[in-house]
Amino acid sequence: MITGTPKPIEEILEMIEPYDDIIVAGCHGCVTVCRVGGEKEVQVLASTLRLAREASGRKIEIKEVSLERQCDPEYVETMRPYVEDHQAVLSIACGAGIQFLAEKFTATPLLPGINTGFLGVTERQGEWAERCQGCGDCVLHLTGGICPVTRCAKSLFHGPCGGSVRGICEVDKEVKCGWQLIIDRLVALDQMENYGKLKPYKGWNSARDGGPRRIIREDMI
Amino acid sequence: MLPCTGRIDEALLLKAFENGADGVMVVGCLEGDCHYVNGNIRARARVKRVYGILEKINIGPDRVRMYNLSAGEGSKFAAYSNEFVEQILELGPSPINVARGATGQVTSQEEAA
Repeated sequence: MITGTPKPIEEILEMIEPYDDIIVAGCHGCVTVCRVGGEKEVQVLASTLRLAREASGRKIEIKEVSLERQCDPEYVETMRPYVEDHQAVLSIACGAGIQFLAEKFTATPLLPGINTGFLGVTERQGEWAERCQGCGDCVLHLTGGICPVTRCAKSLFHGPCGGSVRGICEVDKEVKCGWQLIIDRLVALDQMENYGKLKPYKGWNSARDGGPRRIIREDMI
Repeated sequence: MLPCTGRIDEALLLKAFENGADGVMVVGCLEGDCHYVNGNIRARARVKRVYGILEKINIGPDRVRMYNLSAGEGSKFAAYSNEFVEQILELGPSPINVARGATGQVTSQEEAA
């Protein structure tokens, strides 16, 4: 899922300072699962903002909505009938959802209520960890299902490097060396021959380096 | 009245302040004695999150508090209630009600009704 963390309430209050009537928009997708931008978080944020503003002597009207997904036009369009009745939209979806609303509703300022994080997994309640950087050229079949792009701090393709000490990465003592994990897993699977199958270099043209990416599936158009 | 404090969430507690409460008392079963396994433990975590929210928006964390007691402890419930009311009286009206009072607005839904 796409993860995120709430922005500090002080930052949001500063963002909405010019407005007296806004929409707080959540999303039922990833941000609901990681408890940062779903229907409940919309209710809590809207209440918090109303209380803060009223206590400061300047009330704010807030319409609370939560879309099935802010990254799909069919759901975004459901906001169109009323979006211009409000001065701004504070979205607590991921950065993709917020930008999609901004593209669709060009006359209304869009404000981000969360900081979008990474593509990750729930390791336990309240703890998420990165697993994928969307490089566009997956090699997990050769690396024991552990991603060298994400799990190695340097995104090396033939690690471990000299910064790996007893399975721990030099960047942080809490970070396991991705390549140590890969080697251990390949040994356990009796697949060490896969280590030699890795490409001598990785082409990054399918990753972010080529600018914003687009997927076109002709079979679905 | 809720059947279990496990149903309490942050939005409900904040809504009480929006509706004019000066303080909110959450009373759950004794920890380890929840009929729904861990409803009161979840409530404790949510109440704690609301402390943080109220602190950040200058309403004050002391206006919400969770107590744990069994259904047979009527006298303890009365004592806790008196203690919390005393605490809120000491704090005075919430900043929301102060602001509403200054503008002549009603401070609660009950008054509106």
